[in-house]
Amino acid sequence: MDAIFDVRNLSVYYGDKIGIKDVSLQIYRNKVTAVIGPSGCGKSTFLRTLNRLVELVEGVRIEGRVLFDGKNIFDRDVDPVELRRRVGMVFQHPNPFPKSIFENVAYGPKIHGIKDREKLQEIVEDSLKKAALWDEVKDRLSESALGLSGGQQQRLCIARAIATNPEVILFDEPTSALDPIASSKIEELMIELKKRYTVIVVTHNIQQAARISDYTAFFWMGELVEYDRTEKIFEYPENELTERYITGRVG
Amino acid sequence: MKTENISDWLFMMLTFLATVFGIVLLSALLVMTFYEAAGWLDIQFLTSPPSRFPEKAGIYPPLLGSIMMIALVGIFSVPVGVGAAIFLEEYGSGKKITKIIEINISNLAAVPSIVYGILGLGLFVSTMHLKPGIVLVGSLTLTLLILPIVIVASQEAIRSVPGGLREASIGLGATKWQTIRNVVLPSSIPGILTGVILALSRAIGETAPLIMIGAATTIFTAPKDIFSPFSALPMQIFMWTDMPKEEFLYGLAPAGIVVLLAIMLSMNAIAIVLRNHYRKKLRW
Repeated sequence: MDAIFDVRNLSVYYGDKIGIKDVSLQIYRNKVTAVIGPSGCGKSTFLRTLNRLVELVEGVRIEGRVLFDGKNIFDRDVDPVELRRRVGMVFQHPNPFPKSIFENVAYGPKIHGIKDREKLQEIVEDSLKKAALWDEVKDRLSESALGLSGGQQQRLCIARAIATNPEVILFDEPTSALDPIASSKIEELMIELKKRYTVIVVTHNIQQAARISDYTAFFWMGELVEYDRTEKIFEYPENELTERYITGRVG
Repeated sequence: MKTENISDWLFMMLTFLATVFGIVLLSALLVMTFYEAAGWLDIQFLTSPPSRFPEKAGIYPPLLGSIMMIALVGIFSVPVGVGAAIFLEEYGSGKKITKIIEINISNLAAVPSIVYGILGLGLFVSTMHLKPGIVLVGSLTLTLLILPIVIVASQEAIRSVPGGLREASIGLGATKWQTIRNVVLPSSIPGILTGVILALSRAIGETAPLIMIGAATTIFTAPKDIFSPFSALPMQIFMWTDMPKEEFLYGLAPAGIVVLLAIMLSMNAIAIVLRNHYRKKLRW
């Protein structure tokens, strides 16, 4: 199996507080990997370590290694800016820029040096199509992104992440601020996206993890308790804590 | 029950009187000023130099002096003030030294303006050997005076940009500077502009620091460039209140006040128009 991320003995500390402790796992290419666990278990910290966004937090300390395509992302010669282009991210609350729909999607390509208008238009159209939003917005690309509904805004954020041509897309509880219909559209989209990208999704929603993911990692108090194929985790969990969590008896 | 109703009504009346007190006095002042200024405000007044004869006297040189000075203050204070705010909010935030700087900036905003006049005199005239009383020295001194206000207002505007937007930009692989330029600054421009223009309105009414740096109370030729000696509107108004003829105190000074008020109000109007324009551009 082809691993795109190989995480080895990763620990993250916020000052004296432990974010995650000694986590080792492999994320597989073109699969959906779900990360589940109760609030404060370190799942978001884990996700934000993969694109080094966690480094924006004051006083954070990282130990261990994360190999991305065989290269440790914490090596001195790795540029976090280039890493974040290759590892896109979609956040819990839709956060489009207060710009037009077009400018939102074109933002990434523009800051990475693409100036040609036709090329940008091509990227915007392609990204919006991949995010299943093109038909809804193609006639109003110059309108404000903030006029879209919550679900549309979240798909716009997905299109924005796709536009930098990443290899991995990280989703940090992408549906927790959305209604059920908008959520199911995002879920369908995540399954569709794994054909081209590797998808890693942090979710509070255990059923969502079961529906969309190929692999599931269960975190508890900063530690990785169990990591396996999703069917295995949900049908024959090896750890008692995992079983109690997914059946709703703890958490 | 009854007594409660009465005390309730009394308290309401007290707060109402407190509200009305300031408004009535202020409007009385304004009405009197406008009434006295009415006969004197004309094109001749706006385009003539001051004179010993009330009917020939005008306000053109100090008017131009004030406008030139305030334009320069804007040019100096915006880049420095916004730059400092960006540093404090985006690069230095959370550090101990930043907190110390911030406390000092807030304190500086409360320092009496005459102290800035002394500072301007010592720094620009005695140390840098610029001529006293020229437009440039006046502008630099008032820039020092309003910088704390500009910095604090810009900081607040920058702070109000949602953290999610910064994360989104960084998450797309933007550098810190790209994020500041493309996301943070465009979103905070309305707030920054409002702060800057309010600070400029304060600067245009200042008199004390200009006296300290040796600006003229009355000058008969308008400044030609930033190295010319100048006077400003509040100084000319003050001069007129001290003249022996009654027409100066009860006619020309009120007319000068109306001109000064008109400039301040139009600056505030510009602030509102610009703010709305940039808000629209932001597509909130």
